[in-house]
Amino acid sequence: MNIHEYQAKELLRRYGVPVPDGKVAFTPQEAKSAAVELGGRCVVKAQIHAGGRGKAGGVKLAASPEAAESAAKELLGKKLITHQTGPEGREVRQLLIEQGVNIDRELYLGMVLDRAQSRVAVICSSEGGVEIEEVAAKHPEKILKELIDPAIGLQAFQCRRLAYALELPAEQVSKLVAMMQALYRAFDECDCSIAEINPLILTKEGAVVALDAKMNFDANALYRHKDILALRDLNEEDPREVEASRHDLSYISLNGNIACMVNGAGLAMATMDIIKQYGGEPANFLDVGGGANKEKVAHAFGILLADERVRGVLINIFGGIMRCDVLAQGVVDAARDLKMSLPLVVRMQGTNVDQGKKILANSGLPIISAETMAEAAEKIVAAVKAA
Amino acid sequence: MSILVNKNTRVLTQGITGATGQFHTKACKEYGSQMVAGVTPGKGGTSYEGIPIFDTVRHAVAQTGADASVVYVPPPFAADAIVEAADADIPLIICITEGVPVRDMVRVKRYLAGRKSLLLGPNCPGAITPGECKIGIMPGHIHRPGKIGVVSRSGTLTYEAVDQLTRLGLGQSTCVGIGGDPVHGFEFIDILEMFNRDPGTEAVVMIGEIGGSAEEEAAAWVKSNMKKPVAGFIAGQTAPPGKRMGHAGAIISGGKGTANEKIAAMKDVGIRMAPSPALIGRTMQEALATA
Repeated sequence: MNIHEYQAKELLRRYGVPVPDGKVAFTPQEAKSAAVELGGRCVVKAQIHAGGRGKAGGVKLAASPEAAESAAKELLGKKLITHQTGPEGREVRQLLIEQGVNIDRELYLGMVLDRAQSRVAVICSSEGGVEIEEVAAKHPEKILKELIDPAIGLQAFQCRRLAYALELPAEQVSKLVAMMQALYRAFDECDCSIAEINPLILTKEGAVVALDAKMNFDANALYRHKDILALRDLNEEDPREVEASRHDLSYISLNGNIACMVNGAGLAMATMDIIKQYGGEPANFLDVGGGANKEKVAHAFGILLADERVRGVLINIFGGIMRCDVLAQGVVDAARDLKMSLPLVVRMQGTNVDQGKKILANSGLPIISAETMAEAAEKIVAAVKAA
Repeated sequence: MSILVNKNTRVLTQGITGATGQFHTKACKEYGSQMVAGVTPGKGGTSYEGIPIFDTVRHAVAQTGADASVVYVPPPFAADAIVEAADADIPLIICITEGVPVRDMVRVKRYLAGRKSLLLGPNCPGAITPGECKIGIMPGHIHRPGKIGVVSRSGTLTYEAVDQLTRLGLGQSTCVGIGGDPVHGFEFIDILEMFNRDPGTEAVVMIGEIGGSAEEEAAAWVKSNMKKPVAGFIAGQTAPPGKRMGHAGAIISGGKGTANEKIAAMKDVGIRMAPSPALIGRTMQEALATA
C-alpha cells in the first residue's frame, strides 16, 4: 500500500527523522494559510502516488502566500503526467506546502527487502535526486549497501560505515547515523516494504533533512496497522482493483479486450500469457483464489464486465480445493443474472470436472467448453475476432 | 524414491481445528499420509478423525514421534507456529499459509539458521510423493508415481503441469511447491540439489514466475551441477512492471525479475523452456527424448 509524501513525512516526523516543516492543503485558501504559517516563502508540491512530479511541473516555488495560492489554483484539479503515471496522468487533489531548504548536497537513502539475502538492506548513494535504478545501471559502484540482521537491528557502526563512504563532514556523520536508525525504526515497526528518501539533503546550515519521502507498506501486515490503513487514498487506485479487493479477489487491470478469471496467481499469469500467444490481448489478471464460491464468482464476473473494453471472457479453473461443479453453477448463475452476451469460454480440470461440464452443457447458455489451456485460448481469441 | 516426504513420514498438523486444517488433514489421511498428531493451543486432549490433538508441538512430538509439520495457522500467528515447530527440532516444516508479513518471515529465517528444522513455504501448496505421502492442499488424484521431479513457485499452475505429465504417462517422484512469497524456506536450488541426488528422479520440471532472482540463481547452479534433464516454464511474460500479481513475490521491481530475463537465463544453461503453459508436459517429454 502506498501513501502520499505528506503522510510519509508526518509519520517519519513522529519517529524523529528530520523533515522540512510543512502542511497539507486541499484548497487554494488552505495553501495560502499554510504559506503564511511557514513565513511566506514556500514550496508547493503536488501530492500523487507517483514520482517524477518535479519534472512534470508538479513542484512550484512560491515567494509569497499569494503566489502559493495561485500555484495551488493551477495545480489542484490538474492532471499531472509523469513518467510513472502513464499517459492518462493523475489528478492532483492535495498539495504539500513546505518550507524551502538550502541545498548543499543531494544524497539517496532507502530501505528495502533484499530478496536474495532475505534481509532488509539500507541503500545509500552520493547520487541523490535522480532515479536510483539509473544509478544502479550506470554507476553501480556508487550504490552503498548494508544488510540488517533482524536479531540486532541496524547498528550504529553500519551507519557510520555508510556515512564515511559518502565522505560526509564529521559534524554530519552523527546526524546521518541518527536519521538512518530512526528511518529503520519506522520501517521495521510499520512493516514497510520500501522507505525511500530521495533526495536526502545536506543543507548549507549543516543539517540533514529528508526532502522527499516515499513509503510503501507490506499488504500482508496492514491488518496490524489500522492507523496506516486509514491513510489509504482510494483515488490513487484503479476503482476495479479496489472493488476486487473488497471481495477478496486479486485483480489487476491490463490493456486488452479478453478478460480472464482463474484460480491461482501462477495459473492466472500463465493464462494471460497464453491468450497473448494465440494473438489476443488479455484485459486483466484475476485470481479468484482457492475458496471461491458462487458469490465470489458472481462478483468476479461483475468486475470483469465493468471494463467496457472487454469483448470476451476466458475462465480457466484447475479445481483442487475448488470444485468444478460449484464453479460451473456460479458461472451459469452469474452469466444469467448479468445477461452476459459476450463470448464465454470455460476450461475446467480437476475435482468434479465431469459434473461441472454437465452443468455448463445443460445451462442453455452459449458457453464454449475447452479441454486444454491451448484450446481455450484459441477458442476465445477466435470468438472475439468473429464477434 | 523421492525427496522430503515418503510413506514413513509422520505428519503433525498445526492449526488442525480450523476449517482449512480439518479439511486438508482429512484429505491427506484419505490419500494415505500418516497423519499422527495435531496441535491447536487450548484444544489438547481432544481429537479429530482419530488423530490426537495437543496444546504444544513439543508435547505432540514427544507423544507421537512426528517428524514433519504442516502449518495451516492464520497469518498473524503463522510465524509463531513455524518457530514453535523449529524449537521442537521438527526436521521438516511446511507452511501453507498465505499472507504472512514479510517482516515476520525475515525473523523466522534468521531463527532457523543453524537449527535442525528445514522450512518449505510459506504460501505454498506443500509437497507430495505420489502413492506415498501428500502434505498440503494439492489434489492427490492427478498425480502418479514416477520419475519426474517437479518444483514450482505456484499452486494451480503446478497442478496443470502435473496433470499434463500424468496424461503423457510421465509419473512424478516428488512434487514440491516452494511458494509465492519473497522470503521463504527452500529455494529452487535446494530442491534441485535434492532431485539431483535422488536415485528415483530422472528429470525435473521447474516452474517459475516473475519477481526476484531465484530462477537465475538456480540456472547458474544447474549449469555447474545438474546431471539430469530439466524442463522449465516461467509465468508472467505479459505481467506489467511494478504490480504485485497475486503472489507477494510476483512483482517486477526496478526493472528486475522479468519473465524474459529468467527464460533467457534458463535457456542459456540448457534448460528446455516450454513456449506455452499448455506444453509443459510435452517439453519435458522432448527433453527426455533428447537427453
